[in-house]
Parts: sequence; structure tokens; C-alpha cells
Amino acid sequence: MADVTTIEHAAREADEHGHTEHEHHDLGFWQTYVFSQDHKVIGIQYAITGMLFLLFGFTLMMVMRWQIAYPGEPIPLIGAWLGDERAPGGIMLPEFYNQLGAMHGTIMVFMGVVPLAVGGFGNFVLPLQIGAPDMAFPKLNMASYWVFFVGGVVMFASFFAPGGAANSGWTSYAPLSVFATTGQTMWLAGMVFLITSSLLGSVNFIVTTIQLRAPGLSFMRLPFFVWTQLVTGFLLLLAFPPLEAAGVLQLMDRVAGTSFFMPSGLVYADAAWEASGGGSVLLWQHLFWFLAHPEVYVLILPAIGIVAEIVANNTRKPLWGYRVLVASLIFLGFMSFIVWAHHMFLTGMGTTMSAFFQTTTMIISIPSLVILSALFLSLYGGSIRFTTPMLFALAFIPMFGIGGLTGLPLGLAAPDLHLHDTYYVIGHFHYVVAPGTVMALFGGIYHWFPKATGRKMSDLLGKIHFWGSFIAINVVFMPMFIQGLSGMNRRMYDGGAQYVMNQDVLYLNEVIGIGAWTLGFFQLFFIYNFFNSIKNGEKVGINPWKATTLEWDAPSPPPHGNFSTPPVVHRGPYEYSVPGAERDFLRQGEPDGPTAEPARV
Amino acid sequence: MEIPYIADERPDTGLTNVKLGIWLFLASEVMLFGALFSSYVLLRLMAPEWPVGADVLNVPMGTFNTAVLIGSSVTMVFAYASLKMDDLAGFKKFMAMTIGLSLVFMVVKGFEYSHEFDIGNFPSTSTYLAIYFTMTGLHALHIIGGVIVNAYFLGPGSKMWETNKTQFTNRIEAAGLYWHFVDLVWIFLFPVLYLL
Repeated sequence: MADVTTIEHAAREADEHGHTEHEHHDLGFWQTYVFSQDHKVIGIQYAITGMLFLLFGFTLMMVMRWQIAYPGEPIPLIGAWLGDERAPGGIMLPEFYNQLGAMHGTIMVFMGVVPLAVGGFGNFVLPLQIGAPDMAFPKLNMASYWVFFVGGVVMFASFFAPGGAANSGWTSYAPLSVFATTGQTMWLAGMVFLITSSLLGSVNFIVTTIQLRAPGLSFMRLPFFVWTQLVTGFLLLLAFPPLEAAGVLQLMDRVAGTSFFMPSGLVYADAAWEASGGGSVLLWQHLFWFLAHPEVYVLILPAIGIVAEIVANNTRKPLWGYRVLVASLIFLGFMSFIVWAHHMFLTGMGTTMSAFFQTTTMIISIPSLVILSALFLSLYGGSIRFTTPMLFALAFIPMFGIGGLTGLPLGLAAPDLHLHDTYYVIGHFHYVVAPGTVMALFGGIYHWFPKATGRKMSDLLGKIHFWGSFIAINVVFMPMFIQGLSGMNRRMYDGGAQYVMNQDVLYLNEVIGIGAWTLGFFQLFFIYNFFNSIKNGEKVGINPWKATTLEWDAPSPPPHGNFSTPPVVHRGPYEYSVPGAERDFLRQGEPDGPTAEPARV
Repeated sequence: MEIPYIADERPDTGLTNVKLGIWLFLASEVMLFGALFSSYVLLRLMAPEWPVGADVLNVPMGTFNTAVLIGSSVTMVFAYASLKMDDLAGFKKFMAMTIGLSLVFMVVKGFEYSHEFDIGNFPSTSTYLAIYFTMTGLHALHIIGGVIVNAYFLGPGSKMWETNKTQFTNRIEAAGLYWHFVDLVWIFLFPVLYLL
């Protein structure tokens, strides 16, 4: 085996060398690394920008958690640097707390997870997995990244606007957001850039998937990750424009003095609000959640795709129920457009509406559960390799399960009366996105790192990162269910100390705080491991995980244009442990016949 | 490896990349204007009073503009058909007419806007005027975008005709689909805002 590996590797390298000389473009530094049209470089740009925003958004929360755990005490380390308009004497002002809350949500959702999960993994992995030379529209792809970048800069700059960043929550509910300071206008402008970027990206993903599949790669042979990106593309394409429309309307309310979201007779700062009136605050909520509920699936679906790839690869057996998974995924995509108003049970929109939306919400839980069960059943009878990516994927399954199951009481109008706007909601959706999606994204980074760099990340540091994060993240979010069930409101500047009913669960604020800072500490292992492994990681061949999908047939890192010979697909995506086969995996790209080619590992 | 199906159709989907791309883009545009039309319906239903469009706006000017925009869609089809018949001069003539008609539309719209401002009708005056200015303003931005793209194809972009006729024709087809969509949005906007 070792001999085969060396010879094969040498042959590949020679091949690669000849290939690069043959297509010697010499684009120069700027076009190769900055204004690149290569999907892999753009994917890495997206991923690194997304990770930086995740770190930034998480830092905002670590600062907020100090104020919640120890209200009114000066913030250590960075308190002195925040300035008098944010934290005089290091003690956080309520206005700054509101900015941190609004921007934490915005950054994590729109500038952290989506760019990493869709922009990063989608761009890097999808064209490789379908055997394409690049995305269908490379220039649009580059434009999509740079428009996103501008949006990110606008959002970040809003912290320095008069009155600070947006402070009306990530949901920007009117009329609060229309009264708010300049930061809200920058928030809206930033969102227009982010929406434009995701529109360009989603058109590109869908066209690439449908048009650029390699010969033989029929839809039912697509790796599940590609399916999740395809459905995500449709969600982004169709759900984001209504928010863009809503953003334009809110911008008009703020800049041109219209009253789309401003009802008649509003009083603000002890004076009647001067506007024509006649608007509807509910209209904003409908338009916002029409985007923001599909957005939840935009966050979770790529993560499910990543987990499916890692699970099949590390159990050494096919995914359980591939066709059922695909059918559930498509059904989930459709349903996600008609559940949005379950976020609005308490707005007074009426019981008929509530009855409709709680029914659709219960229906959408079925495909989610089917997907989760299929992933869980895939483990049964497998010979599981407990690699670092697999640990993250294994953690995803129960974490997403907790997130999903705790959502059911919120989806029913009656229990939602009690739970709405409490820490229970925070716990619920963070279990879906933080211990769920973010864990899966980490797994994906460990899984595809060898393809992007030709080197593996350290296993020991990876396992320290995993166990530390896994325990700490549960210390953060599990107590929130307890606080929420006791009725603690989610937006308390003093951590809820002013309410009698919260007194018994106040001690948990400190527990959660310590959990959050510990979680931050364990990310240092990841950051070090990530950058150190680029230069010093263990060198590996083109297929270190013995995987089946097409991306592992390309050189590591793949050159511009990806494949030296156009790949042809001969079988489904997860042909692991096929009875009678010589090896325990048959690659999609290898022709039939037991000894046609040596194993490329 | 080159990116396939830029000029030729993929046999099993029957599509070129650009054609699928433009249809997806238009689907997203439908959702954008769909959200605005839905907002219009909701705001109007809950309003205690709502003016009849014809009392506020100039219906003859709107009708004229509707005809102008439909005309520009027709010349756009002729421009595409000329390329199909291998006639670059015909394409240039009809494309210039399309752009000219678009500019006529914008000038008329400008007169309408300035008249409204003169008589003190601003977006902040009433919710009806707010949605009128927002929707027609967003539509006008789409017209401007279309004019820029069409002007590019008429000018420097037409050099591609010498190197790759099929791809250039595909591009004009995509530009045409977009243009018809912008026209179609106006065909909905005109009765909703001016007549109802």
C-alpha cells in the first residue's frame, strides 16, 4: 500500500507539474490572491472573512456576557479602550449593550455563518464535487465576494457612526428602528450590499450545479452536500428579495419621511411623530420573517450537507436513505417559505393566522426529523473512525436534535405565550446554529483542510479544541432553557436582576459567562492549529480520508481549472464497503472493474 | 479545462449557462417586486381612505409611457432577431431605438416627478404617494441599469460579434429577457398606481 501511495503520488505530482507549465497564466499577485476569479481562492476568501466575523461577533457576546454576569462592574482588559460614549470608566452603557446585541445577531447570521457555510464551503467544495473546472460565472463570483466585503465594512464602520451601530435588535423591528440613530441607516445600506452579494452567489451556485455536472453525474448521484447547497441557493434567491424590498421601505421611512411602518398617532420623546401615518408595524415583521425563517434553513442545510459527507466517509458505509434525504430536503425547502409567522404569535395578528402557521410549523418538523434520523441511522453498523472531523459531525447530530426538539413548544401558539422572548428562545436557536451549525462548520474545516492546503491539521490540537468547545458550549446554552422556563426576558441589560421571578436563576448568568469565556479560550487552539498547519502540518496525498467523491481526485491544492483530465462519473456518491470490492471505497470517478486503477490515497 | 455551455446548450438540460442564470435572476426580481406589490395591497386594505390614482397622477402621460416602453420591448426583439439573421447593422439600429425609447420614458417620468414635487406631493405626504414614488423609483433604477447594459452591448460589447457570434447573440437574448421583465413590471405598475 505504501509503495502504491508513493508511486501514485509522484505520478500525480509530475502530472500536476506538467499541467501547470502547460497552462501557465502568470496572473500576478493581485489577480491570483485578491481579485481572483478562481472559485477556490474566492471560497477561501469567503471562509476567512466569515471566520473573522464569527470571531468578532463572538467577542461582542463575550463582552455582553460580562455585563450580564456582573452588572455595573468595569469590563476587564478592553473596558478602558471602549471610550466614554460606550463604556465610561469601563462600565457598559445600556445604549452600547443594545448595539452589541443587535450587531452580534446581524454579524453572526449574515456575515459569519452564511459566508462561511455557503460562500466558503459552497465555493470551494461544490465545483470540485461535481467535477467542474470553476463556477459557471467566475466574474460574478468575484463580484459577489467583493460586494459582501463592502457590506461587511459598512456594517463594521457603523460602530463609529454618531450614536453607534444599529441598536434595534437584529430583527430591526419598526417603529423602534425608524426612530433609531444613524447606525440603523448604515445597517440598511450594509444589508443591501449583503443581499446583492447573496443574490449573485445563489444564481451562480444553482447554474453551476445544474449545468456543470461532469458526464455521468446525474442528480441522484450528486453528493448530499451539493444537494444542500442547491436547495440553499433557491432559498437565498427567493427569500432575500422581500427583505431587500423591506429594507428599501424602511430606508424611505428613515430618510424620506414616509410612513410604511409607522402607524398614525405615534408619540416619540414626548412629542407627536411628524409623519403622514397609516403604516403598519406588522408589515415589517411579515417581510422580515419571510426572509428570516428560510434564512434559518440557509444556516442549517449546508451544515447538514457537511455532516452527511463526514459521516459517510468516517463510518465507511453509504448514507442511510439517500433518496429519502433528498426528498425531505426539497420538501423542507418548499415548506420553509410558509412558516414565517410562527415568530409572530404574540403580535395580535389573530388566531386564524396562528392556527395556520402552527400547523405548517409542525409539518416542517417532519422532514427535519427524517433527515436527522437518517444521519443517526447511518451510524448503525459502521466501522466508525473517530477522526477530528467525525467528532464534530457526531456532536452535531444530538446538538441539532436538542435545538429542533426545543423548537416544537415555540412552534405551537399556546406554549409560545409563555416562552416568547425569553432565554428559552435564545437557547433553542443557538442549539441549532452554535452547537449545531458552527460545530459542523468546524468539522468541515478539518475535513477539507487537506484538500485546500495539501496538509492535515493537528489531530491532538483538534481534539482538545473539540472537547473543550463541546463542553463549554453546552455550559453556555443549556442553562438558558432553565432561565427561559422561569420567565427571564432575553433583552435585560442587568441580566434580569430587577425582576423578582428571576432571582432563583440569576446565578446561572455567571455560569453562562464562564462557559462563554472558556469557549473563547478553546478557540485559541483552533486558531493556532489553523495557521500553523498551513506551513507545518503533516503532508498528505490527494485522498487522505479514503473518500469517494470527486474533489478527492483533484490535486491538493487543486490548480486553476481543477482537474488535469475532465472527470467522468461511474457510480453514486457513497460506495463504501461494497461487497466483493477490493477496497472499502470506490471513487465516483474510477471506471468499473476491480483492478482498473490503483487506489489514489 | 474551459467552462462549458457558455455558447452551446447542454444537451440534457437544453440550456446555456446565461439563459438559466437570467431566468433565476428574474425569479428573484419577481420576489422583490412581489413583496412591494404585497405591501401595497396590505397598506391599501388597512387605510381608512385611499385616493384614486387618476385624481393625483397624469393618466395620459402614464399611458404614453406605457406605449413607449412596450415599443422598446418590440425593438429589443427586432434587435435580437437581426442578430439571428446575421445582420449586425440591423441590431445596432434597433438597439439604438430601444435605448432611445428608454430615455424618452425616463424624461417623461422626470416631468411627472417634478410636477408632483411642484404641487407639494412628496413621498412623506401620504402612504399612497410613498408607495408610488418607491415603486416607480425602483422601477426607474431598473430602467437605468438596463440602459447601461444595452449601451454597452451597442458600443464596446459588440466587438464580441467578430469573435463569437453565438455567445454575443445569447447575451442579447438575456438582455432582452431582462428588458421584457422591466417592461412587464411597468404593465402591472401602471394600472395599479394610475387607474385603480
